[in-house]
Amino acid sequence: MSMKTSTRLVDGVAIVDCSGRITLGEGSVILRDTVRELLSKGQKKILLNLGDVTYIDSSGIGELVSAFTTVRNQGGELKLLNLTKKVHDLLQITKLYTVFDVKDDEAAAVKAYK
Amino acid sequence: MAEVEGALFREHVAMTEQRVSYTLDSTLETVDSAEQAACRFATEAGFADDEVMQISMAVREAAVNAVLHGNAYDPGKKVKLEFETNSRDLVITICDQGKGLDLGKIPDPLAPENLLKTSGRGIFLIRSFMDEVQIRPSQTGTEIKLVKHVPGSSGTGKEASQ
Repeated sequence: MSMKTSTRLVDGVAIVDCSGRITLGEGSVILRDTVRELLSKGQKKILLNLGDVTYIDSSGIGELVSAFTTVRNQGGELKLLNLTKKVHDLLQITKLYTVFDVKDDEAAAVKAYK
Repeated sequence: MAEVEGALFREHVAMTEQRVSYTLDSTLETVDSAEQAACRFATEAGFADDEVMQISMAVREAAVNAVLHGNAYDPGKKVKLEFETNSRDLVITICDQGKGLDLGKIPDPLAPENLLKTSGRGIFLIRSFMDEVQIRPSQTGTEIKLVKHVPGSSGTGKEASQ
């Protein structure tokens, strides 16, 4: 049930495959640490694959926003890939869907980085 | 006529009403437990999967408020969680022992200047997902009452366990 991430590099873009729950506590912390670690290594093109994320709460939404602004403030780009319907709906009602750059095709998402 | 309806309603409620309450510590485990209990009660009340998710998320967010913002993880303070089901509604009440919540100070999370804030969406999500939401000071802290109308609201298909 808890959150897991694994990162792979495709054409200079770090794709973080996330699974499980991004919620207050462990899930949010894991996401935060993963993004911070990538930034500390100079990796500023980050694609969060949320295809296997089963649940996200307001804390998880906050963590996605935090990751987005942190990466942007360091001159990088964070995009989202493969939203489930639940996550898609949550981003819609919180008006964040248009804030994030959301993709549903991995190859196209990778090409979209400058 | 009103008397007849009232009598029938009372009888029906007596047959199907269920009330369960829990007293929980101010911990993250409580947040997970509240969510899981909400999922169970909502499923038993006959809600569809989407609504079960909405109800359990609203309860989770209310529990987060109680544990974090209300009781501030204080081991001496408890969270009271109550589920009440009848033929019309699922009613969930969450009480904390905190200093109280000033609703006027909660910014609108949809305002452009707040969109990129990393917190402040809990109450908004609760209101989005439930049919009725009442937030008020209680004798000990803050009480949040959440109501979701049972689909069909005739109580059909549900049997009283006692």
